[in-house]
Amino acid sequence: MIQFEKFTLPNGLRVIVHQDLSTPMAVMNIMYDVGARDEDPDRTGFAHLFEHLMFGGSVNVPNYDEPLQMAGGENNAYTTNDLTNYYIQIPAENLETAFWLESDRMLSLAFGEKSLETQRKVVIEEFKEHYLTKPYGDVWHKMRELAYKKHPYRWMTIGKELSHIETAQLEEVKNFFFKHYRPVNAVMVVAGNVTVEKVKDLAEKWFGDIPAGEAYKRNLPQEPEQTVERKQEIKANVPLDALYKCWHMPGRLDRRYYIIELLSDILSGGASSRLYQSLVKEKQLFSHIECHHFGSTDDGLLVIEGKLVKGVTMEEAEKAIELELDKMKNELVSESELQKVKNKTESMLAFEDMSVMSRAASLAYYELLGDAAWMNFELEKYGSVTTEDILQESRMLFRAVNCNTIHYLSNN
Amino acid sequence: MPDRKQAPEIVDAVHFDLKLKPADKFILDNGVEVYAVNAGAEEVMSLEWVFFAGNWHEEQNLVAATTNFLLRNGTSKKTAFQINDHFEYYGSYLNRACHSETATITLHCLTKQIKELLPAVRELITDSVMPQDELDIYKQNMKQRLKVSLKKNDFVAGRLIDVYLYGENHPYGKFSKEEDFDALDRGQLLDFYKRYYQEGKLVLFVAGKLPADIGILLNQYFGDIPFTTVENKKIIVGPTAEKKFRITNDPDGVQGSIRIARPFPNRHHPDFMKVQVLNVLFGGFFGSRLMSNIREDKGYTYGIHSHLQNHMHDSAWLISTEAGKDVCEATIAEVYKEMKELRDELVDEEELLLVRNYMMGGLLGDLDGPFHIIARWKNIVLHNLTEQYFYDSINTIKTISAQEIQQLAQQYLKPEDFYELVVI
Repeated sequence: MIQFEKFTLPNGLRVIVHQDLSTPMAVMNIMYDVGARDEDPDRTGFAHLFEHLMFGGSVNVPNYDEPLQMAGGENNAYTTNDLTNYYIQIPAENLETAFWLESDRMLSLAFGEKSLETQRKVVIEEFKEHYLTKPYGDVWHKMRELAYKKHPYRWMTIGKELSHIETAQLEEVKNFFFKHYRPVNAVMVVAGNVTVEKVKDLAEKWFGDIPAGEAYKRNLPQEPEQTVERKQEIKANVPLDALYKCWHMPGRLDRRYYIIELLSDILSGGASSRLYQSLVKEKQLFSHIECHHFGSTDDGLLVIEGKLVKGVTMEEAEKAIELELDKMKNELVSESELQKVKNKTESMLAFEDMSVMSRAASLAYYELLGDAAWMNFELEKYGSVTTEDILQESRMLFRAVNCNTIHYLSNN
Repeated sequence: MPDRKQAPEIVDAVHFDLKLKPADKFILDNGVEVYAVNAGAEEVMSLEWVFFAGNWHEEQNLVAATTNFLLRNGTSKKTAFQINDHFEYYGSYLNRACHSETATITLHCLTKQIKELLPAVRELITDSVMPQDELDIYKQNMKQRLKVSLKKNDFVAGRLIDVYLYGENHPYGKFSKEEDFDALDRGQLLDFYKRYYQEGKLVLFVAGKLPADIGILLNQYFGDIPFTTVENKKIIVGPTAEKKFRITNDPDGVQGSIRIARPFPNRHHPDFMKVQVLNVLFGGFFGSRLMSNIREDKGYTYGIHSHLQNHMHDSAWLISTEAGKDVCEATIAEVYKEMKELRDELVDEEELLLVRNYMMGGLLGDLDGPFHIIARWKNIVLHNLTEQYFYDSINTIKTISAQEIQQLAQQYLKPEDFYELVVI
């Protein structure tokens, strides 16, 4: 059970305090309610580029990193399709430095032309490093475009194409900031060796006078239900054929999400899971296979992806997967198989909670979803899933008309 | 209204009095050493069985790694599936890894499940049979994986730079080829298993919320196995004479993998700790000289880092980055420029204090929780160091002077000593 206290500043900033006196450190985690899904389709990659610019100096503090490092702190940030998260770990004595730095960049950035110019280049190199130079590196760009026709999940966080980043203008950067990076659109978690009183004082002192901003009303185009099976073939200079299949699944708040998470563990949660045992070990059709899902807030995708053993045809490989999915649709999994993936989930949650940083990020995420307290009900939700749920969900999920397939073929 | 131009007061991390929580040490009946850190709030624990069974000890390429990999793929009583099903049913994570000198089995689990799991680990250590069909599947899949990896410039660069530094026949320099997989023979694996696991040398590291009878349990399951000792034979490095390499791997590539490295002694050398500080300043953190110049000013790369390799014998100092194809040579020139600056000019006290505080703050965070603490102890034990090493490093961070740093730069950051590689 993770204990915490919550209060809201008059400007709308939600603050959560989670005390853990066993550590000498403090963590500050600020999550902004903006991700790649909030981007203009002609300006993709912007939320992530923006995250880089958050380190380019703020209105009163020309350099963000130096004073933090001087105080013995470390920080980083990440952007997803759903949100942008910034976090600091710092010796608890120097917590106020984190308040000073984070509040100043929430107040306003410096908006320097040089920073924009450099970070554009850095992000372009990041794009190349992660998506252009890796074999199969473009597959998720292609899969998102295949599976999503309307919802902004149809592009990746890094962006649809390099040109969107190359042409980003300072004016757009400013607009984006004042639209999304306001107290009313953020959640701050302060955790570790801290007290509620001190966090209250510091929050009022440093964040209290930042203008609230306008609450962002998210109004995204919803993805219409898929009604025909979709397939695509890619030929590229890769050594092995690979198969990717995705099915639409509900978002983070749906009960089905929990069923599907356990279901995906049954299929590929470890070396004793079904797909691995049947297709890698027994039939030896795949050299590697896995099943996972996007974990996204809005309706996401469940993925099965694998690399084929040389000489195996796509038809054989797909048929073997279908056979495994048919079993899921026609027979109840055993109670002990379900118990296995529940046990795994229990221990995974316990290991995640080892780190104050991870607890802080979870609290922020659940608060963004609706209520930080939901974090404490996760295990219960997984626990309530039955073998009948898994059966019904498999029938619902693994329908051909719900499926998107990419054959990624080696052309040598 | 706070004065936002003014940084809040800080306690310089350099003044922190850091303590490494002691590890309990005990000896099993057969002489196996156990190091234990009992701490943490969550009901979880980790156990690591460290064998001296790394590729340092093999006669033929890949024998050590393959033996380690197949440990959980079958015993005389259980199939691979049954073994994995058992560990997974109890919500535990069983992993294994093969390094240069050592090879390990690690188990992460809920403390309440430990009694179900220890007998199963014992079975892996005493009764693995490395079935032929498991070996065949492994060979096939690893060869396929290798084909994919070889398409990646960073993978190719990582292999080649170690060959230049240590030689292709040295454990730190050798790498897997398709024919090495083909040549693997089950008999060799079983011999290696017998010598380096069943009768090998074991050290155990456990951490987390430990059961009160952990010593008794470990002795019950591992205290009667006839472990012996393993000598670390001497192997001489054979670096290449040529120092500069430009390799084409992917003609359509948009980035080059750059590696710049020089040989450097291991942790027992008196300069090692001091150079750790110089390394942080040079390329060891986000605010480093290399990062500030080459990423934050020039935008040539998403990241550039330098580090001292953590080898037990010979070691090296390595700079690595992935940079735009057109700016690879410019990146290398800037790296040398930063070396020159460190040789020619004293680092100012403000920047040095920042590095000290950053390192101390990082250490404080790194000592947080039982798994971090046991990792420190493991490093101390396996590198044949003492607890004092930890306190000496802190003292070095606190007291090293700008003059010393400059001298070290003059001694070790000379371009002519460095191997240089770009893989495009």
